[in-house]
Amino acid sequence: MTDHVVLGEEIAFRGAQGDWIEGFFARPLDLVSMGSVVVIHHMPGYDEATKEIALRFARHGYAALMPNLYFREAPNAAPDDAAAIARSKGGVPDERLIGDVAGARDFLLRQPHANGKSGVIGYCSGGRQAFLSGCELPFDAVVDCYGAFVVNQPPAESPLKVSAVIDRAAKLNAPVLGLFGNDDSYPGPEEVNALDAELTKLGKSHEFHRYDGAGHAFFNTAAPSYRPEVAKDAWGHIFTFFAANLEA
Amino acid sequence: MCTYTTSTLSLLGNAKSGQSWERVKTASVYLDHPVAFPATHSLNIDLFADQDDPKRTAALELSPRSAKALAEAILAMIAEAPDGLIDEG
Repeated sequence: MTDHVVLGEEIAFRGAQGDWIEGFFARPLDLVSMGSVVVIHHMPGYDEATKEIALRFARHGYAALMPNLYFREAPNAAPDDAAAIARSKGGVPDERLIGDVAGARDFLLRQPHANGKSGVIGYCSGGRQAFLSGCELPFDAVVDCYGAFVVNQPPAESPLKVSAVIDRAAKLNAPVLGLFGNDDSYPGPEEVNALDAELTKLGKSHEFHRYDGAGHAFFNTAAPSYRPEVAKDAWGHIFTFFAANLEA
Repeated sequence: MCTYTTSTLSLLGNAKSGQSWERVKTASVYLDHPVAFPATHSLNIDLFADQDDPKRTAALELSPRSAKALAEAILAMIAEAPDGLIDEG
């Protein structure tokens, strides 16, 4: 079903340290039981393209909440300005990210029609953050869309507060769906191979789809990196994966 | 790719955004996805008057080739400057 009547709205909810932060909350209005999805935006921020993704999950019968990870640095700013400010200050610290995602998950699970199941999906930098969230929080499904620096360490001179998170993978509670472009360099095919091997070694359930003719950000309809045929196939895998893991 | 790699630096200068000039104090330089320039990657420069005020920023997204040409032009101008001009502030 993709024809649900949906509502998308800006809300405030409590994130890390109990801070009130902004989020985009999208949900179907014609269902009485639904799975929950935390959507983690890409590095360019809390933008229209990612709100469209949250609305798409709502049209498919899920309640979705996308935290504005840059709200503290730049409340009520335009997404591009907020992303610039956040980048100049070193990006989003991992512990704060985990707190914000935990707050988003708690918010969704407290809703009257929540079925108790929750997933997390992230794009670009959010792919790494979704994987990290799956290691630290009790999600039922994790989707990593081309997240770099899950296995490899970023360059030592990088001022961003980012490091590899593969050492936390033993704590993964949920199956992982990974979606990657073979022309991407961050993560490159070798990093994806290494992630696949490590999850296999740890006995963690995972399903990777890797696409020729696609690089980074093939889902992003607002960028030249968009690959409609790849995105269509990958969206199909996402909805199949969520149907298997988030429906009560 | 999303490089994450960013160079941040302090600087001294002014930038015009809209109708007003701002004293800019810091900058970010990175090769990553542009917001508006129609390419998968661009050389991006953000200038900040105040890193806590997102309304007081100026941003550039340049094709990498353009950015290289601009950087070379800047360095060439500085190299040709008469003695004493470069250390004035």
